[in-house]
Amino acid sequence: MNKIVYGLILGGVLGIFDGLTSYFTPAVRAALLGIVIGSTIKGLIAGALIGWFARKVNSLALGIVFGLAVGLILAFAVAAMQPGPDHYYFQIMLPGGIVGLIVGYATQKYHGAATETARG
Amino acid sequence: MNWLSDDAIERLREAGSEPELAGTPYRMLERLGRGGMGTVYLVEDSRLNRRVAMKVLEVADSSGDLEQRLLREARVLAQLEHPGIVPVHDVGTLPDGRIFYAMKFVQGRRLDEIARDSASLPERLRLFQKICEPIAIAHSLGVLHRDLKPENIMVGPFGEVLVMDWGIAKVLASSAESSPINNEVSAIAAALTGIPLKTPPITAQGTVVGTPGYMAPEQARGEIAQLDQRADIFSLGAILKFLLSARDGGVSAANHSTRRLSAIIAKATAPAPSSRYDSVQDFTGDIAAYLDGLPVKAYPETLLERTARLISRNRVAIVLVLAYLLARVLLILWRPH
Repeated sequence: MNKIVYGLILGGVLGIFDGLTSYFTPAVRAALLGIVIGSTIKGLIAGALIGWFARKVNSLALGIVFGLAVGLILAFAVAAMQPGPDHYYFQIMLPGGIVGLIVGYATQKYHGAATETARG
Repeated sequence: MNWLSDDAIERLREAGSEPELAGTPYRMLERLGRGGMGTVYLVEDSRLNRRVAMKVLEVADSSGDLEQRLLREARVLAQLEHPGIVPVHDVGTLPDGRIFYAMKFVQGRRLDEIARDSASLPERLRLFQKICEPIAIAHSLGVLHRDLKPENIMVGPFGEVLVMDWGIAKVLASSAESSPINNEVSAIAAALTGIPLKTPPITAQGTVVGTPGYMAPEQARGEIAQLDQRADIFSLGAILKFLLSARDGGVSAANHSTRRLSAIIAKATAPAPSSRYDSVQDFTGDIAAYLDGLPVKAYPETLLERTARLISRNRVAIVLVLAYLLARVLLILWRPH
């Protein structure tokens, strides 16, 4: 398994989990399915991007910063797309940023494929 | 009447014992040191215009045994091709009849000298892994060093490690007949020196060779025939203990991590060979596992210790996940109006 696939899987799983936590917010519970799907897609995109970066750049610090940035940017985009007056920027971007950070850390630490680094 | 001082006598003795290099491509530069079997000089090889170390047999050797040993050391070294083993460039007889061999001039510091430098524990363990590499190669060719100690290990300016002084190395009996060390080079050495190489000098049963403190108990008892690679593993364990104690005053059993390291040393230096690691690879495997935060063979963990090690190994990931969960819980509890 290469770093991109690893990032995709991790981002997807964390995205599903992140979406499911909206169940505990009564105001958005009715839109749970849409939130889970959206969050999963966001996680997959973030995971692929961060995994690609980890494949190119072998640096834990840069990987974490890149993951945080991607997580925040995608979360900001999702929040900005919310209909209605409330965009929940803080509620969406805080966990989104941490998820990006986790994926950034994990993809840099992952060394499952020995040939990965050699291939670049 | 003027008496010569002891220093003057010593200098005269040294000058008198200097090898005769006239007619050879070598030019004497300085005396580097003296070992049990011979003296090592720094000489210049005029053919290649490079400095090499020349080990020359001491003058007094009526039995010819030392001569055989020096030749044997040269051919053992010549066969052990590894960056961690000093390469032999030349072997022969000097005009004064003494046997010599020329090897790479190693510039660096002895392990016992650099051990007091402030290097971190992982750096020391990685240095130790480098020391083990040439020994593993030698064992795979059926050769035991038998005198591993910090004084016999040189560390170069770029961290390269060289294991020195193979003068009392032993070719294991099981591999002696088939070993290339005992077959291929004998004829070459004999042709170069003009001295037929006899059966390798065998250290008699009961003879103690090695250095106290680094010598395995069976080696100290003179059980030469019973020696195998586990005798060198004992010495390596003693070197590891020295490396870790030189700066920090010893490996205490204060926490789980140091208990694992202490167990590795205890296994390597167990009095009974059967309780030690079977091979250098097993030994270094445990060191690598320790460095990676993985379980080591030498130390059976309790469930609590295993959990503590896993948490310690993955603490950053655990902190990140906890941070995420905490953020989620706070956001659920926080209701902005």
